[in-house]
Amino acid sequence: MTATADRDVSPVAALRQRWTTRTFLTSYASQIGITAAFIVLWLAFVTLEPDTFLSSNIYMSYGQTVAYSGLVALPLTMLITAGDIDLSFPSVMALGMVGFIEVEEATGYVEPAIIAALVIGALAGLTNGVFVALIGIPALVVTIGTQFLFRGLTLVLTDGSASPLNEVVDTPAWDVLTGRLFGRIPMQFVWFVVVAVGFWFLMFRHRLGQNAHVIGDNRQAAELMGIPVRRTRITLFVLTGMAAAFAGVLLSLQVANFYPSMGAGYLLPTLAAVFVGGTSVFGGRGTIWGTFLGAFMIGGTEAGIVAVGLTDYYTNLIYGGIILVAVTIHTVLQRRFKR
Amino acid sequence: MTSEGAVMPGDEDPLGGRRRTEPPAAHRSRPADQSVVELSHISKAFGGVQVLDGVSFHLSPGEVVGLVGDNGAGKSTLIKILTGVHRPDTGTIRFRGDEVRDLTVKRARKLGVETVYQERALAEQLSMWRNIFMGRPISGPLGFLRVRRMRQITAGLMGESMGFTSAVLTPDTEVTGLSGGERQGLAIVRALHFEADIIILDEPTMGLSLEETDKLLRFVGGIREAGRSAVFIDHNIFHVYSVADRIVVLDRGRVAGEFPTSRYTLDEVTGIMREVAATGTFTEPERSGDRRRADVRATGGSP
Repeated sequence: MTATADRDVSPVAALRQRWTTRTFLTSYASQIGITAAFIVLWLAFVTLEPDTFLSSNIYMSYGQTVAYSGLVALPLTMLITAGDIDLSFPSVMALGMVGFIEVEEATGYVEPAIIAALVIGALAGLTNGVFVALIGIPALVVTIGTQFLFRGLTLVLTDGSASPLNEVVDTPAWDVLTGRLFGRIPMQFVWFVVVAVGFWFLMFRHRLGQNAHVIGDNRQAAELMGIPVRRTRITLFVLTGMAAAFAGVLLSLQVANFYPSMGAGYLLPTLAAVFVGGTSVFGGRGTIWGTFLGAFMIGGTEAGIVAVGLTDYYTNLIYGGIILVAVTIHTVLQRRFKR
Repeated sequence: MTSEGAVMPGDEDPLGGRRRTEPPAAHRSRPADQSVVELSHISKAFGGVQVLDGVSFHLSPGEVVGLVGDNGAGKSTLIKILTGVHRPDTGTIRFRGDEVRDLTVKRARKLGVETVYQERALAEQLSMWRNIFMGRPISGPLGFLRVRRMRQITAGLMGESMGFTSAVLTPDTEVTGLSGGERQGLAIVRALHFEADIIILDEPTMGLSLEETDKLLRFVGGIREAGRSAVFIDHNIFHVYSVADRIVVLDRGRVAGEFPTSRYTLDEVTGIMREVAATGTFTEPERSGDRRRADVRATGGSP
């Protein structure tokens, strides 16, 4: 065997040198693919409508609008990587705000109201997690149920009525959450970037992400190797609930209004962002970078379509095209670079 | 980054610096010839069928024992008792001399019994280093992973313990890229790295090609070199003979005989097994000359 012939080379040094182009391509094929698709889509818009897409205004607008679903897509990426799913987050966006309004009215302060919203988001996630991980009902089924439950709770508690939030505008918290950095960059975008970086570390450089990957890839292995499967899955639902509530707060503050149907319409675009990015629906493989780009590809297309002069009717058609092209790229690249 | 090439304190140790300096056998203060585990007079019946009938089995430090026998001989029941899956009806279990009652799977793992579950315990889409440290990652106080350290240890394990010298394998290679034998090797090395004293290999050569089997048998040899013990269960006596120090033949719930491979040739063991299967007993082979094991190993397909 050749094993002995190579022994004179230090294995550590030898393996280090082998971090080659091929290794890089193998590990990141899918992410390179989605980045290329992102650039192609962007260049298409630039070519078709250079006036709009070469000025910064549209990007400032994107920074604001993409962040809401993007913020939820990040923990959702990790949850899907662990083999679960959450369809209840649009309802949690609204439910968290019920707590926000109650506390804001009671105290007159925005900061404790934000915390109340986050706590409610966490509790909603905990509810999902308990049904899924402790009782053992599939996440798809549980969150279809809780999606109705949380929306229904919101409607009952608010009597189905909207609440204006004029008094929170221009408070310090409002500036930090939905103001403009340097008078230009929307704070929603800043939050999206900060949370995305945080989730990248959680997913790839933290025990939680390591365990989430193993659980999504092979739950039996996770159990055999002593990974706290139930605790990890519940934690991921809690994080998703908190992110949804946070997105709800940002959205409400931006429009200075709360309406009980808030979040409706976010479900499919947010899931699309995750899958367009390259996260596997089967679990075990996810990408924060892909989700970040996917959120912009999904969230930016509608405005782009209108800007290039097509009617809004084309939106769904082009969405569908983007989603299918993106998932095809991921599937083909992952197969191609598998040895 | 420059320091990465430097040899870490633990790297000269193929098991990543976690290997004990003394043989694990010694187990602090106990005599070196003490059994790591000793099952005495174990009986077990399932619904009136006596699967094990007064079986005694022991495992010495650094010893690889082959467990052979026909289907229904009780091999897997014996292993399940050793790993805490089943409780024996009668008989005692001692780990390093201390009797353990109510052995559970969890307790057995704590006592250093690790079953190599083949691919069932690997995450295919994850890298080698993430698989090695599955469930036991090296992390800082806030739970953040020490990735560089884990990659480095994995590289060391790959080079030294697994003998992976293929240029395309790195610690970042996904398990999907590994062959069956390499996957088994990964699982064995993981068990060794985490200080398992007793490694149980249940039919590990199943479904492996000849070359892959060779590789696997080398990994099993590595278990002994690391001073740990292994129980190797396989239908193929050629595989068992080439790595085992001692072969235990089970027949219909009893130990039919024990054969140190240093004193019995492969032909003798095969003959005995055939005889046991047919009659339940065997006759000690006649010794005509001073046959040495090494002569036999040449035909036994040893590494």
